[in-house]
Amino acid sequence: MNIIEEGRSPLFMDPDPDKAREFFRGKPRAMTDKRMTEKESVDKFIPDGCYLAIGGFGANRIPTAILHEILRARRRNLGFLGHTSTHDFQLLCAGNCLKKVDVAYIIGLEARGLSPNARRVMESGKIEVCEWTNYALCVRLRAAAEGVSFGIARSMLGTDTLKMSGAKVIECPFTGKHFVALPAVWPDVAVIHVHESDIYGNCHIRGISVADLELARAAKRVIITAERLVDSYAIRINPTRTVIPFYLVDAVVEVPFGSYPGNMAYEYFSDEEHLAQWLKAEKDPGEFQKFLDKYIYNVSSFEEYLELCGGIKKLKELRKLEALVDN
Amino acid sequence: MVTAAYNKMEMMICTAARFLEDGTTVAVGTGAPCAAAMLAQKVNAPNLVIIFEAGGLAPLLPQMPISVGDSRTFFRGIMAAGMNEMMTTCCRGMVDFAFLGGAQIDKYGNINSTVIGDYHKPKVRFPGSGGANDFASFCWRTMIIAVQNQSRFVEHVDFVTSPGYLSGPGAREDAGLPAGSGPYKIITDLAVMGFHPESKEMMVESIHQGVELRDIMQNTGFSPVISESIKTTPPPSDTELKVLREEVDPCRYIIGRK
Repeated sequence: MNIIEEGRSPLFMDPDPDKAREFFRGKPRAMTDKRMTEKESVDKFIPDGCYLAIGGFGANRIPTAILHEILRARRRNLGFLGHTSTHDFQLLCAGNCLKKVDVAYIIGLEARGLSPNARRVMESGKIEVCEWTNYALCVRLRAAAEGVSFGIARSMLGTDTLKMSGAKVIECPFTGKHFVALPAVWPDVAVIHVHESDIYGNCHIRGISVADLELARAAKRVIITAERLVDSYAIRINPTRTVIPFYLVDAVVEVPFGSYPGNMAYEYFSDEEHLAQWLKAEKDPGEFQKFLDKYIYNVSSFEEYLELCGGIKKLKELRKLEALVDN
Repeated sequence: MVTAAYNKMEMMICTAARFLEDGTTVAVGTGAPCAAAMLAQKVNAPNLVIIFEAGGLAPLLPQMPISVGDSRTFFRGIMAAGMNEMMTTCCRGMVDFAFLGGAQIDKYGNINSTVIGDYHKPKVRFPGSGGANDFASFCWRTMIIAVQNQSRFVEHVDFVTSPGYLSGPGAREDAGLPAGSGPYKIITDLAVMGFHPESKEMMVESIHQGVELRDIMQNTGFSPVISESIKTTPPPSDTELKVLREEVDPCRYIIGRK
């Protein structure tokens, strides 16, 4: 095939679908009880050096409890896939967990501003970066889910984003037009926060799914955190709603308010005060270390973190904001 | 009729809103673009379909979203889908407008939102493309709302994150981008700029009231083309200002920005 142009950045993951198939051949299909704690799931499925992808969208429907546990476990040299990643990326930078990152949107927290610490980390030159776009990363995950070695799009053509990616521009065998070949990516592990799951990992998501349907099907292992566990009957009575079936899932962790301080659609809005405290604390590295000790390292559980941030009183306020009640 | 005083942000939002046509689709981010789309929906384009890249389709926006993936982006919407659904809609050619932003923009409308300085030793690292490159590649007409100054409007961007007309006429098509798409309007605090139909260079089309042509030259790092039929941008109407202040952004999150 005629390669017209290619990106200069290295691929962090092997795009060979047969290696992925070999892995999936051995992945258990039995419908077993997969419940475990945050800590157990990190110990078991997120070793140093693995390639991680986080579900949701930055500070919306993110698995905060697992991210905190990754920091407490002092994980190092992780690979990371970040379509719009905001508080999740901020946390992993805070814990110095990252080594190589496939990125589309990092450092920023959208309308809230930029993370001073994530910026320091990314400007240090210590992290290997490969540039993509949100859609390009979505296509890469989709290709992986489809079991092929690349997907095709017209993103990045003509730009430096393409030059600093790992993509290749190819000629269409039918039309002769140029398209971008985007290598499939099978993350070692994905962590996705959902509204409801049963003990086997059959999941419901309400609202937007972002790129999580593709991610759950691309990742070799999937950790689910769920706002609440439901009886399997709640799944079987309405199979139309199942978006992630159990055989994709390796761990199920029940974490009420698990996306805090992020938004969880139909449950609670984001805690903008707390997210602003993060940005403020990050300005001074010394202060930031104390902040991290207070909210993460000296905390033994996600419940304790929620208590520190205002507990049930705060969470009730965020519920009210989400439902747009009395505003 | 125009009687009220207004600030620069209000001027930019009202001007941008007027370019959005009824019965079309627009992909937006947070901030001023979202305010412009909300205003257009309430004033001049009631059937405007607002699209958010994380999956929200046609919400009845109750308030300004903080994130393009927060729950307001599909509040009473038509569909809560995902990134693939929204982006493939752009790819198919069904999204008419998109708003973009960036740290630098050049005369061909190329945008940098990735790095200032050398890529490998950046002076400043910014978020990167997000979905901006995708929108700039696929949406028919892309627009930018930005304060105009020499550090943003530059001769050469340090990094082309999202494609404008690249190196000039024909360059988008040569690169493989869909024909007929590209930058449409740049709305600043000083002027509205389009692109010259042949040279594809940024072209001053209208100047805001109280602004002189030399203010534009002094705040642009290259020499833009000046349209032969240059106009004065109509100021915001009383209706636009009332809706913007009372319905779109009552908390002044955007219009209160300095």
